Amino acid sequence: MTLTHILVFCIITVLLIWIGRGRWRGWLLLVASVLAIYWLQPSTPIRNLDFWLPTASVGLVVLVWAATRPGETIVQRQDLITSGVMAGLILVIALTRYFDPLCCLTPTRPPALPLVIAALGGVTLVAIVTIRLSPKNLRLDALYIMMILAIFLVLKTPALAQATSGGLRTISGQVAGLATPLDLRWLGFSYLAFRLIHTLRDRVSGKLPGLSLMDFTTYAIFFPAVTAGPIDRVQRFSGDLQKMQAAIIPNNPSEKSTKNYQAILSPISLSWQDAYEGGQRILLGVFKKFVVADSLAIIALNGTNAAQTTSTGWMWVLVYAYSLRLYLDFSGYTDIAIGLGRLVGIRLPENFDNPYLKPNLTAFWNSWHITLAQWFRSYFFNPVTRSLRMNPRNFPLPAIIFVGQLSTMVLIGLWHGVTWNFAAWGLWQGIGLFIHNRWSEATRTRFSELDIHPGFKSAMTISGILLTFNYVTIGWVWFALPTLSSSWHVLLMLFGIR
Amino acid sequence: MASPSFIRNVILKALLLFLLVNLVFAALDPLPAIGRLSAYNHIFPGRVRLPYGDKPDQAYNLSLFNLPAMFASHELGAKPKTKDEFRLVLIGDSSVWGFLLKPNQTLSAYLNAAKLTAPDGRPVRVYNVGYPTMSLTKDLLMLDEAMHYQPDMVVWLVTLESFPYDKQLSSPILQHNPKPLQDLIRTYSLKLNPDDPALTKTTSWGKTILGERRALADILRLQLYGILWAATGIDQYYPETYEPPQKDLATDETFHGLKPPQLYESDLAFDVLKAGVQRMGAVPILIVNEPVYLSSGQNSNIRYNFFYPRWAYDQYRQLMTQASHANGWNYLDLWNIIPADEFTNSAIHLTPSGTETLADKVGEAISLIIENSGAVGNGSNNP
Repeated sequence: MTLTHILVFCIITVLLIWIGRGRWRGWLLLVASVLAIYWLQPSTPIRNLDFWLPTASVGLVVLVWAATRPGETIVQRQDLITSGVMAGLILVIALTRYFDPLCCLTPTRPPALPLVIAALGGVTLVAIVTIRLSPKNLRLDALYIMMILAIFLVLKTPALAQATSGGLRTISGQVAGLATPLDLRWLGFSYLAFRLIHTLRDRVSGKLPGLSLMDFTTYAIFFPAVTAGPIDRVQRFSGDLQKMQAAIIPNNPSEKSTKNYQAILSPISLSWQDAYEGGQRILLGVFKKFVVADSLAIIALNGTNAAQTTSTGWMWVLVYAYSLRLYLDFSGYTDIAIGLGRLVGIRLPENFDNPYLKPNLTAFWNSWHITLAQWFRSYFFNPVTRSLRMNPRNFPLPAIIFVGQLSTMVLIGLWHGVTWNFAAWGLWQGIGLFIHNRWSEATRTRFSELDIHPGFKSAMTISGILLTFNYVTIGWVWFALPTLSSSWHVLLMLFGIR
Repeated sequence: MASPSFIRNVILKALLLFLLVNLVFAALDPLPAIGRLSAYNHIFPGRVRLPYGDKPDQAYNLSLFNLPAMFASHELGAKPKTKDEFRLVLIGDSSVWGFLLKPNQTLSAYLNAAKLTAPDGRPVRVYNVGYPTMSLTKDLLMLDEAMHYQPDMVVWLVTLESFPYDKQLSSPILQHNPKPLQDLIRTYSLKLNPDDPALTKTTSWGKTILGERRALADILRLQLYGILWAATGIDQYYPETYEPPQKDLATDETFHGLKPPQLYESDLAFDVLKAGVQRMGAVPILIVNEPVYLSSGQNSNIRYNFFYPRWAYDQYRQLMTQASHANGWNYLDLWNIIPADEFTNSAIHLTPSGTETLADKVGEAISLIIENSGAVGNGSNNP
């Protein structure tokens, strides 16, 4: 997101509150979110891909909604209207191809209309099949999870991404030999994938409430959070959405009280507290991201300056700059997303809680990218450790923790990209978490008496903060650089060995 | 709880404060003072050449127009001159600055490596104050600023392309520094228009923080790139390949609108050169006609290189010799000392070994001038 995007989103949210009333507010939010994913999508060198990727996002959302909706219920009229509105929006975006003054919301000219109509028809057909099959307990959820993971793997594995790009280039009549892994820049796919997998898993465990297509889509591609999260839970988000619309259309006609209808028809007053706090968060986020983080980006460690730096001291400066930049950049974006959400009455979850001031690695991971960590805890760590604990071979607890933490952190690493460096970063974090777990277990009783002494406690906390910050910061070396050898070179230099 | 009136008051106060700060900023014009506040020479070492570059993310260097900030980032601003130092400043264009040369391959670097000494035993410390773009007036501006750092001697490398009047104000550094430039024009009665339309006009709006946001951001970026300069020692982007100087030349005999056969002193900005020497006062100066690429390709009987038709360049050399005799300048004409294969991407940019050869010649002249300081002003071609 650029400053222009943020300014436009601020204006949209204010208009949404002022113009939108009752259910209309939900419609406006949906329209804004659909348009936003096209507008935010970066350009790609593959012809029309910057139109097809956001279209695929919308298509995927519709299909997952179809797979997760209660199988026994019939499709509501409102859902049909929602799908019609979304298809209409996509067609309007495609139609701008033919109207030069209006062209284009996407970075490049959209594809020809017949192709778009065919694609929408295809998605509709698959959605109908999915809805028809969903009551038959065919584990469509597993199929869709596999599909999402497969796309994810293609996007995040450089070799696969390059091969796919080559294929797409061939289809679009471009030179396949010019393909690079960076061609497939699908805006916000990671976060979309997390949200969709979350709904698919919760559907299986019976935790997913019945959601309208409008609410489901707004949750999945909510424009403030589409690029950098946070990863909200649909149960919480839909509650806010209902409150924002300030009226719940009763399912039972007998519930249509005068009060409910008044709520539907009357404008909802803007919460000034939300506006104030939302505005404050946006300003804070803009300052963190565009002033501090972007300045630190100049001096932050990267593949080029890592090889050029000649002294240990300056290498530490670059690594610290990277560490701070990463935090301020990411948390700045989160502040902006949370602030924009607040302006429309959606309270997105916090994603950071002063992570660099935590006294140990476990506390760090409870305060860094909180929603991602919670997602992995819910859908990977807990199921894995549970199954290991219940295994008849009776694994020792430390082994279970080791396997659980290591595999979780490696997976989080690979989420950033399927490369050796991200795997090494995950290993670094996993080993650190395990060591801390064992250390705190071993010292719990030994230091409990000393803990009473305030000086000792403060010293331990300060030492812990410094140690944790430096451990995390050194770990970022794996994260920041493209190869293991360049990371190793930097690590050796940091300790004066090279 | 925030009420509508509270939010309104916050917004109004913020706007008022913002307006006030901008007005105070515009009234005080603190940019030069801000430019002097530099982390260079304090937290990290000063640069060995003035900041210049259009690929900051690869060169760790950038072009900006704040002269105090530029000089504050230079090693020249590290500390006041001590009694133990003979301070020598090099002025000139991109060939002096060291285009495509690493910091240890520039003319100043080779002169420092030669470990010249003054007769009283002081080591000669050479500072590179060259700056890309060819204009004697730009050189004069740099010289004027460099004089605040008390040089004991100045070497000014010039070439004909810096002399035409239409080149004088074409350098962006001049256009963005109208005030010191106008002072120079008026002080030395230069044949230049102090109100030339090429010079930027500063409006009241342009003096506010908003108006100067780019200049402020440049100062900040210059400081940040200082960290990478210190960490890597890199201050220039070096392309893997570049086009060599044009060998086959056009038949065009004109030079900046001037036609053969006669080039007059009044066609060239000798007044600027004289102003420079005048600005130096009693400080010795050596003027060097820098080496140029001599083509042997097509039409090389008409032109020496891309820049110069033979008639114009030959007469320029004569005019320089006459002027140096007339004014008693130390003048060294090194126009043809570097073989053609020792030029990089232009008719004036030298390879490291070409620069080293040039440094040998200039170093000899410097030593002679220092040793025979009483002989300053003999006006000979070889001091």
